[in-house]
This record gives sequence, structure tokens and C-alpha cells, in this order.
Amino acid sequence: MRAFVQAALEESGDVLVTQAASGFEALRILPRESFDAVVVDINMPDINGLELVAFMRRNEAHLRTPIILISTEAGERDQARGLAIGANAFLSKPFTADALRALVAELCPKAEG
Amino acid sequence: MSDNVRDEFLAEAQEIIESLSRDLLLLDQAQKDAGGDPDLVNEVFRGVHTLKGIAGMFGYHQLGAVAHALEDLLDDLRLGRVALSQEVLDVLFEGVENFQRLLSDDEAALAGVNLDAYAANIERVSGKGRAAVHDPLSEYDIDPGVMAVLTEYEEHRLRTNLQQGLTLYRLHVRFSLASIDTLLEDLKRRAKPVAEIITYLPSMDGGDGDHIELDVLLASGVSAQHLGEVLDAREDALRVVPRLRGATHTHVDTPVPDGRPETPIPDGRIPPAPVPRELDQHAGISEDRGAEREVTADQLSLRSVANTVRVDIRKLDHLMNVVGELAIVRSSVARLTERIRRNPELRHLALELHRVNRGFERHLEELQDGILDVRMVPLGQVFDKLARIVRQVAREHEKEVRLVVTGAETEVDKLIVEELSDPLMHIIRNAIDHGIESPKVRELAGKPTTGTLALNAFQKGNHVLIEIEDDGAGMNEGKLVEAAVRKGMLARELAGEVSREDALNFIFAPGFSTSASITDISGRGVGMDVVKTNISRLGGVIDVQSEQGIGSKFTITLPVTLAIISALLVRVRDRWYALPITSVQEAIALDEHSVRTVEGREVLTLRGGTLPICRLERLFELTHIPRPEAVRQYVVVSALGHRRLGFVVDALAGQQDIVIKALGPSLRDTRGFAGATDLGDQRVALVLDAPGLLEEVLSGSEGVRVRARA
Repeated sequence: MRAFVQAALEESGDVLVTQAASGFEALRILPRESFDAVVVDINMPDINGLELVAFMRRNEAHLRTPIILISTEAGERDQARGLAIGANAFLSKPFTADALRALVAELCPKAEG
Repeated sequence: MSDNVRDEFLAEAQEIIESLSRDLLLLDQAQKDAGGDPDLVNEVFRGVHTLKGIAGMFGYHQLGAVAHALEDLLDDLRLGRVALSQEVLDVLFEGVENFQRLLSDDEAALAGVNLDAYAANIERVSGKGRAAVHDPLSEYDIDPGVMAVLTEYEEHRLRTNLQQGLTLYRLHVRFSLASIDTLLEDLKRRAKPVAEIITYLPSMDGGDGDHIELDVLLASGVSAQHLGEVLDAREDALRVVPRLRGATHTHVDTPVPDGRPETPIPDGRIPPAPVPRELDQHAGISEDRGAEREVTADQLSLRSVANTVRVDIRKLDHLMNVVGELAIVRSSVARLTERIRRNPELRHLALELHRVNRGFERHLEELQDGILDVRMVPLGQVFDKLARIVRQVAREHEKEVRLVVTGAETEVDKLIVEELSDPLMHIIRNAIDHGIESPKVRELAGKPTTGTLALNAFQKGNHVLIEIEDDGAGMNEGKLVEAAVRKGMLARELAGEVSREDALNFIFAPGFSTSASITDISGRGVGMDVVKTNISRLGGVIDVQSEQGIGSKFTITLPVTLAIISALLVRVRDRWYALPITSVQEAIALDEHSVRTVEGREVLTLRGGTLPICRLERLFELTHIPRPEAVRQYVVVSALGHRRLGFVVDALAGQQDIVIKALGPSLRDTRGFAGATDLGDQRVALVLDAPGLLEEVLSGSEGVRVRARA
């Protein structure tokens, strides 16, 4: 899944993608680098995607970073919660690389990715 | 889609399916022992979910559809809408089988997938056992900020735990980002026996660039003090999430599950802590102590997973070929050194060259060992699949079977492991179908109703032994002999003279089956003869022991690797052949005077025993080439079980490590040869399949006409 997201985004050109294998790894990476957008799967072990969104939205540095949530198509309730706590958009699996790229382009108009 | 991408998908999907299979087996056990394990259900859900995702992306729509249907069922399971039962597990296991079939290129396997029937099965099990949901969440003072970030699944686990009357705790911890993995695993390991971790909430405040503070939500049946000790948490870091005043106390009265102490702290005695996000600034688990702690086995295994690289076996084959080429270079240098040494003026140079070449040789050996080591995989890979088969076949036949596995960590060359699964599967199906009796019959025979199937693996010298042993009915010698006579494999008048061992060996003869009715399980057109052929293709042998009423035991002896073997080089006229050293017992000079002819076959007497011999120049039809020197020939003695055969050759040229290369497609079915090898200086040798030749020659079939065109 992560490989797919990375490939989909990097294919569109000047996008640099950093992968995090888990919510904790994301917590470790976030303070060290700055991102134009973050793609988060809701269904992660340990720290779930919603918690990561909440974490980012409580932190000055990531207050305005666009966040795209990825969830199952049955996960309407989780999607709704995600948007309620500050995610910008969501994608239901399975989705196409084009859909992801379009969303990223829309959310980061100036600097992509 | 490029092949590369497809391979990547296949490898990843295969990995997921294997871990699904393992988790389901654990879940099966957990269901029998304790009704289930929410962590495992969630793990399986996550696996199926990922599989569905990647299948959709790579265009495996059928597989995606199966995963989708299964995912819904698993979602119902983990959210408690469907109760876990053996019937549900059957459907889950069937799902894994279907995944496996859908991934294969095999037409027959694909034809075995009936998606409509499977969808109906899923429908059937998800329809029943729906559990009623009661919502106790409203009675607890849980921070709305927490509720907002719980996924539906976590909320369900929280609810379930509260319904069981467990206490909700909140633990505040501070971890260094650098060592968070280790500390987290430690926390999980400690919590697992006494508590369920619902979720981890990263809190903002107090976290600097190097540390992160987490609120961990746990449900447990033990007291705060006990939990604090287990988790090694500071007193003020662990808090009980209180019930709201005035809430009904109905679940406190529900019986606490066995083995758990009373619900620890009565409401009201809890310090009135409206769970603090900003309150705790202290580390719950002391970091330094965590770092000093010994790394446990769990952590080690987690580490090794993270450091694994997946490599295409063909790349290793290529490396091995390069090593083979280097070994040839080394021998060439050694020969040159020898030539230089003959010149007295260059003697010192030759010595130096010799020393350098020795160093080269040592490193080459290291390299070779290293590559061989990389090719090794634990037999557990194939044993896991077999465990699934055992469960399935046992249920189909309404037999109770316990599988006991030892030595799953024994390592064998990857190629051998791949080729082993079919033969092992067949033996195991047979053992359950024909060997292990139904519970009723077992009871009458005074045996435990549950049959035991033991799968043991261990290394013995350069070989790996795999034993498949059942405590079933054993084989009936009389029936075996009778069937052999009926099928014309044995003259009726000889029936009385057949030894028990020979009688048992009939099961390996082509076209032999004693079963009165061919069942779905064992009668798939492959018999034990195919098993035997497959094993010997791997350079292995299979033996059977059986005692009526006690059980049967198959023993498979395999080489540890096929990639590189030690071989005895022999010459027959102007051709070179390699005999794997594992099939050579001894080599002796041939004394033509001691050769006698018994029943049309040449034999000689060796230490009092009779040894049949086979002149390779005749077998390979090379007699028209004159023997270069009129010196005596040699006999290389080879053995298969207790049977022996002497191969007569013109010369012995010593032992050498060889890399076996497969014969081209047009020669692949030629019997008697295991492959070919490059000996250096443009010489090529065919590698003899000694067990195969021995079998053919001794079984006396006149049709042995293998030609060598090396």
C-alpha cells in the first residue's frame, strides 16, 4: 500500500515521498522534516490514523498541512470522524493512482507533494 | 503490467497469505481454548484488508472480490456482530485456500475456485450468531477528545471490555523517539497477560523533538496496584477512568471471568481525576531501565523481520554459478602454478602464486558457504501450509487429529522446500484418510479418540530427515500383497515369500492403491509412486515403516542443498560423469575373474555379499569406442536403502565440488541424469542420478536405454 502511494505520487514528477511504516514512525519523522501533504491510512496498528490526525492538528507545526485519509469503503464512520478532527479529504480503497494525484494537486496548489 | 511489478505483487501477496494462514491456525487454537482472541481477529482482518487493496491495484479482481467478501465477515467478527465459531473458521480457512488458488497459474487450481459457492458460505456464517450490543460507554467519563479519535474497531473493543466488567485505565508514558519501538514492545509484552491495550494517544504537550508523550488506554481486570507493578509504571502515571456518578451499577455485578480478581477499585475511591492530558509530565515507564533490559526473544524476532531482504532465487543461482566459474579459475591457476614450479628458476614465484591461490580458495569457500546459507529457509514455511491441510482434511473426514510439529526451524535449501510441499501434503492426506481411524473406531481400539500426527524434522550430517508419523491403523501386509498380486506386480506363487519390508514397499509402485474406494482426498490421480519420484528428483529417499494397529511412519532423507554438491568424477571411455558423493559407498578395483552371472545379471561377491554390477559403457552404449588403456576398471558401489549396485567405470578422477545445472527442456525427462556440470578446461560432465539408475537397473526393466551425448 505504502509502495503504491509512493509510486503513484513520484510518477507525477517533482514529488518527494517519505514513507513511515507505522504511526509511531510517523511521529518520529514529523518533527524532523516538513511536508506539503500527508497521506494517512486509518487502519494502522498501535496509533491509528485518526490519532495521527489529532496529533498533527494539535501541533502548531502541522496545523495547516493538508492530510488525506485512506480508509475502507465500509469505513464511513471513521471517515466522518477523520474529517471532524481536521483531515482535509479521504479516499476509499481501492482507489486509482490518478485519484490520489488529483487530490494531492488540489490540496497543494503551489508546491506539490 | 511488467513482470517485475507482477512478481513484486505475487511475492507480497504470498507473504500475506502465509501469515494469514499462521494467524488462522493460532486463532483456531484460541477459539478452542478461550473462544477467540481479538488481537488475532484484528490481525487477520488487517491482512485480508491489505490483500484486497493490493489485489485491486494490480488487477487481480477475483482475488480482490474474495478478499472483499471475507473482509466484511472479519469486520463483523472483530466488531462483535458475528461470534467466532468453528464453522466461521472453516470459511476463513477456505478463503485462504481460495487466495492460494487464485494466485497460482495452474488451470486446475483456478478451476477449483467456486466464488458463488464461497460467497454463499460466507453469507451463511455471517447470518447467524449476531450478538446483541449494549452500550456502556455513556456511563464513563471518557474525554471527548479521546472518543473522537477512536476507530470503530477500537470503540468496539472498549465497549466489549467494559461490558465484561473490566476497569478502564489510562497510562501516561514518555518515550524517547529513538527507542520507541523497543519500549513499546516491552510495554505490550508486559500488558498482554493482564490487560488489553485499546489504543495509544499521542499527546502534544511536553513532547519535544526527541520525546513523545503517550496516553495509553487499557482495560484490565486487575487492580491498579497490580497493573502498575506489571507495567513498571510510576504511581501517578496510571489512573482509573472513572464511572460517572449515578450510573447504574449493573455490570459491576456481572461475574468476573474466572481467574481474574474482583474488580479492583470501587467507584468513588478513585481520586477525582478528570483524565488529565496536561497533568502528567512524568515518565510512566522509566526509559533507562527499559534500555538496560535484556532484549527478549519477541523483540529479536521483530528485529529480524525488519532487516529482511526478499531476493529472487534465480539471482542466488546466478551467484552460485559465478562461484562455480571462480572455482574453475582457481583450478586453472593451480595447474599453471604446477607448470611454473617445474622450472627451477621460477620456483619461488610458483610458491608465492600457490600461497596467493590458497588465500583465494579460502575466501571462495567462505563466499560459497555464505550463498548457501542465504538459500536456506526453515522447513516451518512448508509445515505451516501442512497444518492447514491437516485441519481441513480432518474436518472433512470427521476425524480428530492433533498435529505435533518439531524441528520447524530446521533449514533446507529454498528449492527443496518448494518441491517438498506436494509430496508431504500427499503423505499427510493419506495418513488422515487411511491411517488415523474415526474417533469411534479409536475408542473401541482403546486409543485416545484424538489421533496424533507427528511431523519431525532434524539435521543429520549433510542430510535433513523429515518424519511423518501417525498413530493410526497401520498398514495391512496381507492386503498389500493381495493387491500386488491382483495388479500383476507379483506372481501369486511368490505371495507367501514376500517380506514385510517388501510388502510395504509396494505402496511406492506405480498404479498401486489398496483403498477400496478412491476418495476425494487421496485419489487425485497421484499415488505414492509420484511422491517417491519427486523425492528422488531432489536427491532424497523415502522409507516406510508400519505396524498394524500402532501406526505408520514415513522417513524422508534429503540433501541439505542442491546448489552445490560434492561429487566423485568418473570416466567411461572418453566421457566424464559425476556421481554425487552422497550416493557413493565405496570404490573398488574390478577383478574380472570374480564376476559371475546369476539369472542373467552380472554380480560379484563383495565381503561375502552379492553385489549386482552395471557396466556403464554398455548402459550408455559406448562399447564401440575402444578402451584407451588396457588397465583394470573400477566398481563404484552405490546404495539405496538396503539395496546396492556397483557401477563399472574406466577411471576414477577424484572428488570435486560441482554446481549442478539443469538439463535443457528437451532433455529434462531423460531418466538417469540429475543434470550437467562444468568441470573447467571446456570439459562437461553429466551428473548421474544414482538412486534413479539403481532403481531402474535393479527392477530389471529392459527398457533402460539412456543415451549420453555429452
